[in-house]
Amino acid sequence: MTRDRLVITASPHLKGKDSTPRIMWNVVGSLVPVVLAAAWYFGVSALLVIAAAVAGCVAAERAFGKASTLRDGSAAITGLLLGLCLPAGMPMWMAALGGFVGIALGKSIFGGLGQNVFNPALIGRAFLQAAFPVPITTWPAVGGSFWTLRGDTFALPFMRANAPDALTAATPLGLWKFEGKGTAFIDLLIGNTGGSLGETAAIVIALGGAYLAWRGYLNWRVPAAILVSVALFATVLHGVNPRYPTAIFMLFSGGLMLGAVYMATDMVTSPVTNRGRWIFGAGIGVLVVVIRVWGGLPEGVMYAILLMNAFVPFINKATQPRVFGTKPRLAGGAT
Amino acid sequence: MLTRGGFRHGVHPEERKELTHALPIRRMPFPDEVVLPLRQHAGKPAKVRVKVGDHVERGDKVADADGFVSVPIHASAAGRVVDIDWAPHIDGTMAMAVRIKLDPHAMHVPRPRLVPRWEGLTPEQVIQAVQDAGVVGMGGAAFPTHVKLAPPKDVAIHTLIINGAECEPYLTSDHRTMVEYPARVLFGIRVIMHTLGVQKAVIGVERNKPDAIAALTAALPKDLDLSVLPLTVKYPQGAEKMLIHAVTGQEVPSGKLPASVGVVVQNVGSAAAIAEVFETGLPLIERIVTVSGEGIRKPANLIVPVGTRLIDLLDYCGGLTDDAAEVIVGGPMMGLAQGNLEAPVTKGTTGVVVLTREQTRQPEVYPCIGCGRCLEACPVFLNPSELGQLAQLQRYDEMEPMHLADCMICGSCSYVCPSNIPLAQLFSFSKLALRRRKAAAS
Repeated sequence: MTRDRLVITASPHLKGKDSTPRIMWNVVGSLVPVVLAAAWYFGVSALLVIAAAVAGCVAAERAFGKASTLRDGSAAITGLLLGLCLPAGMPMWMAALGGFVGIALGKSIFGGLGQNVFNPALIGRAFLQAAFPVPITTWPAVGGSFWTLRGDTFALPFMRANAPDALTAATPLGLWKFEGKGTAFIDLLIGNTGGSLGETAAIVIALGGAYLAWRGYLNWRVPAAILVSVALFATVLHGVNPRYPTAIFMLFSGGLMLGAVYMATDMVTSPVTNRGRWIFGAGIGVLVVVIRVWGGLPEGVMYAILLMNAFVPFINKATQPRVFGTKPRLAGGAT
Repeated sequence: MLTRGGFRHGVHPEERKELTHALPIRRMPFPDEVVLPLRQHAGKPAKVRVKVGDHVERGDKVADADGFVSVPIHASAAGRVVDIDWAPHIDGTMAMAVRIKLDPHAMHVPRPRLVPRWEGLTPEQVIQAVQDAGVVGMGGAAFPTHVKLAPPKDVAIHTLIINGAECEPYLTSDHRTMVEYPARVLFGIRVIMHTLGVQKAVIGVERNKPDAIAALTAALPKDLDLSVLPLTVKYPQGAEKMLIHAVTGQEVPSGKLPASVGVVVQNVGSAAAIAEVFETGLPLIERIVTVSGEGIRKPANLIVPVGTRLIDLLDYCGGLTDDAAEVIVGGPMMGLAQGNLEAPVTKGTTGVVVLTREQTRQPEVYPCIGCGRCLEACPVFLNPSELGQLAQLQRYDEMEPMHLADCMICGSCSYVCPSNIPLAQLFSFSKLALRRRKAAAS
């Protein structure tokens, strides 16, 4: 042992085993069953749309990020999540463009991983919603052969897409909002309904979230707060006027489960304090119900999360922990 | 409700104490040379009183205390003073030190009774004797022990807490002291209680040391209100504020001393050191050091003369393994990596841990993703995530109102950070930068 071989580092000299890439790739892994469920219901189109969204995200990350940032897996997550909240009949080029815009305008422009204010996947979806309002609300029906395309998947960019050959079906929320019809609970639970690719199988998403929460890669307080506040608010509304849907319908329809488990829990765009996480989740839950019941759109998860994302810095500031050996201070006060 | 025997937050690093926790304390033979830095304690460095060429016996004073918050330094072996000059120090700097070449055939028999007997001494005389014996906190910080025995007159001390948590991974010197010398620890506590005039004392020991808890409990004296409290096994349980919280349920106010909640904390090793100086009549010239880690061939718990150079200590323990990479003085969570193995063991050296190349590989740093794990690890409830970002932007002034001063640099945040951000290092640097700014402003 010679002196020049001595390593000198700062304390602590021990390190926990978890790393950011490990967290990200675990999230990716937990999404695989959700992707498979989407493929089960919507066939090869599901895989093509998701692949296109991932490709768009990865291309943007590659173009604007540092060389090493692809390895952390965060761009892949954004792509998967974006793909999962698109309908199966979406042309691939739109999905890819959405992914590219999501990363470019939702993340890279803020300075990359860790700096963005809004969830990049939802930025991508909001962009697509504004740019292509018809394709993004054309919901193919579930069922049919695996190889049947659910829309003009391979349409060329900016060309008029052919009318889809596949059958379309309204989403449960659309059915309720515009036609006043309900959907059987079992169909909501296992995803046998119209809707976005990953929005349909609530149970698969919940299981993926449970795995992540168990491993400590997802903070359970956010989905818990969202689901509880949606359930409470919906129950009250249903009690006041039975015209409004039940809590069960609210919880298991639309993008709520995907949003609550995978979108709202994005660590970068949710509060760092546990108290803040409860407030953040409760705010999303209330906004979801408000938009669904009184808004012009049948679904409100995306806007609810994006709106609450904007409040995160404020929530963080207001819920700073009380430092050991200091008096409790009033929420919102300085220091 | 806060549970007794624990604290909130904290982390669970791998303990790795099994390398040495069953090894009895042995005495290391004298090295050829000892190096005695004049600055081995918090407070003012001692003032040298010997000259090059002087002969000293084991236990002779080589440097005097410089004021109240200072202690003298004594020769840990018989020999000749060969040098008084700058020498490498384990804190990474150079420090003035007295170098003693040992007589090869010396008996190392000290002069009789350099410290008076305890019986019949008044508290003031005990405090003086403890200072004269050069006793400092043995838990690592090396704060002069006699200062803590003389709390300000305007505060009432009701409880003495003895710190036997030893929460740093690898270290077992306090553990072995409690197992092998319970009577000595308890005698030391008796002396401290008498001096402070407190009626109640609690020894806090982490539950991972059942043999130490059993040994102390079996030896508890009947005439004192003295008890052993098993503590949650969690880092940093041994931090003074965490320990006080675990024992009394009280939080020491930010920026205040433990005395403000009526408590004085002493380390188990310090209690044993006090007992030893009164038992043997010798000042503090040796201490128990754990030498451990995957990078040392023969881990051990050793009685080491103060001033033994690290290289001599490591050689005695079989030397470093081929893949050894980093030598740390103290535990691996808060200890200091050494760049020069000529630096000597000081009074505050609890252990020397040698880590391997594999263990010291520096992981890639990623941006903060706001996972909030550091907030749940910080034992004083700071927001390391935000503080870290401020530190990287060099916005130190904004860190002050966020209670940077309460950070103990325990390293829990760095330990849990999945993005491998060196938070603790950023915070020590920020503290330094703030101090410099203040010094420049005044």
